[in-house]
Amino acid sequence: MSSTGTQIEVRGLEIGYGDFSVQHGLDFSIESGDIFVIIGGSGCGKSTLLRALFGLTRPKRGSILYRGEDFWEAPTAQRQRWMQRFGVLFQAGALWSSMTLAENIALPLGEYTDLSKAEIRDRASWVLSLVGLAGFEDFRPAEISGGMRKRAGLARAVALDPEILFFDEPSAGLDPLSSKRLDELILLLQETLGSTIVMVTHELASIFGIGTKALFLDAESHTQLALGSPAWLRDECPDPKVRTFLRRGENG
Amino acid sequence: MQPAFEVLVSRPSNESLCIRLAGTFESPGPAPDAAAALAAIDDEIRSIHFETNALRSWDSTLMAFLLKLVRSAEALGIAVELDALPSGARRLLALATAVPEADPARPEVAAHGKLARAGVRAAGAWVETQKVTTFVGEVALSVIKLVRGRARFRGGDVWRVIQEAGPSALPIVSLISFLVGLILAFVAAVQLQYFGAQIYVADLVALGMAREMGAMMTGIIMAGRTGAAFAAQLGAMTANEEIDALSTFGIPPIDFLVLPRMIALVAMMPLLVLYSDLVGILGGLVVGVTILDLNFAEYVNETRAALDLADFGTGLFKGAVYGVAIAVAGCLRGMQSGRSSAAVGEATTSAVVTAIVWIVLTSAALTLVYNVLGI
Ligand SMILES: Nc1ncnc2c1ncn2[C@@H]1O[C@H](COP(=O)(O)OP(=O)(O)OP(=O)(O)O)[C@@H](O)[C@H]1O
Ligand SMILES: [Mg+2]
Repeated sequence: MSSTGTQIEVRGLEIGYGDFSVQHGLDFSIESGDIFVIIGGSGCGKSTLLRALFGLTRPKRGSILYRGEDFWEAPTAQRQRWMQRFGVLFQAGALWSSMTLAENIALPLGEYTDLSKAEIRDRASWVLSLVGLAGFEDFRPAEISGGMRKRAGLARAVALDPEILFFDEPSAGLDPLSSKRLDELILLLQETLGSTIVMVTHELASIFGIGTKALFLDAESHTQLALGSPAWLRDECPDPKVRTFLRRGENG
Repeated sequence: MQPAFEVLVSRPSNESLCIRLAGTFESPGPAPDAAAALAAIDDEIRSIHFETNALRSWDSTLMAFLLKLVRSAEALGIAVELDALPSGARRLLALATAVPEADPARPEVAAHGKLARAGVRAAGAWVETQKVTTFVGEVALSVIKLVRGRARFRGGDVWRVIQEAGPSALPIVSLISFLVGLILAFVAAVQLQYFGAQIYVADLVALGMAREMGAMMTGIIMAGRTGAAFAAQLGAMTANEEIDALSTFGIPPIDFLVLPRMIALVAMMPLLVLYSDLVGILGGLVVGVTILDLNFAEYVNETRAALDLADFGTGLFKGAVYGVAIAVAGCLRGMQSGRSSAAVGEATTSAVVTAIVWIVLTSAALTLVYNVLGI
């Protein structure tokens, strides 16, 4: 499933709700195999940008090219076929609350694979083990903790071996060990499946540990301030705001 | 309560203001009034400073006062010297003013004249109509997919809704229908007694229940019970991004969530209506036999003579249509819900209101159609 070249290219993008513009003038590209991190202060529009990239919120202006083709100009059916190659982890997990964890994972598998019921169940157990939730197959989302829900959402997102994974703050609400395991898992997914990963995160360890490219969104000017490798953003970025942000407020 | 503090505003020079804080500023005591201090500011004031020799203890009561003072002074371009304040208070204030007061770009709630407001409301109504029509259209497309055998949902969901909507609604449907039958009988009896024609109470109750009241009462009960439940379920799913998650997996939420609910309700409504008709007629019978002293066999015979299959048929058909209206209204309001628990509550209320309005409208329309067709 791995491929090379540019996966997503964003040109002159403006996103927002109604008349309210959240971010504008966004230009960047995501290459195959990248672990692309989106950073910025709370409320600057990271989740909104992610939703535009994976097909939930139509941008106000500009274009998103998915492998060279305009994602939002394409017919709905085509866009939905592309979206089947995406895996998405929402900020709060967004598990279907009327189903058990195993059923949550089984639903998309049943839709898009020819696996038998038993095979689907095995696959569900496998991805749940990957995120450290073995044995929780028959629990409902309301019966597990917030961090566990997050991990179960991650398991659901990776169950179909997606080409591009979108994570909204995967490690928020996790303890340091789980969060480190999650980073390892993300790296492994990227290496073994060749998945491209786009994630919003505040975890400095993740940004510098596994991120290959970072985009900084600014809440005040409503546009991107910097794009480059995470270390470059921290050490050499001409904008002091970005450097300060990545050093937790300590000037360097 | 008597304040344990004192705020004294003095004017040592023409250009400066001195605010003397004395005593204890602590919850749950009263708070100092920033407006009173601000009132002392005029055009000539250039700076404000504090005097705190007699300040004994303080908490958020004082901080809220100081923040308001500092923000207002800043807006007027007046310098505020904080040196005299306790260092803890100074640091808290620095933290609070580090991020400037946001002016979040929200859609403006215009406070214009009557005409403009009417225009805004009309535009809103138009948008709402568009949304409802779009949703109904999408549901119709899903139904076509269903007929072609290509809709995607889980059969188990249909069964669960049938359980919730059918058998568990029987007690309340029984109670309401029985009482409505009783009421119809009483209303009819008062008039018919003048003519000594009490026996026609049977006809009136039978026709009234079978053609109108059975379906209408069941519809209203189900709007409050099941329509509200649909809106709450789907509203909570919207708030939790579960519906977004379905979309990203390419599973159409309308197929997956709305269809099973609609199928179950359309299947159950005619059955409930039939049951309600029978219970209502029983209610009428009880009044007839016990209070109006009618003969049991006579009453039953009169009822059977009054009704034919078409009368039941019209009521059952209405019931099925109400089922569609309730399911669509509940699901529509649920999926339109905002992302908070308050929004889910509003969605539930709005679902019930919408469903009842739709029921009454379709009832009127169908009665008219039946009349024209002579059914
Ligand atoms: N459904 C919505 N309707 C209107 N405005 C919204 C909606 N969702 C978010 N916003 C606004 O869009 C802005 C960006 O929100 P977003 O959720 O993208 O922020 P974020 O960068 O993900 O923040 P965080 O780090 O706290 O998750 C916020 O100012 C918010 O008020
Ligand atoms: Mg967010």
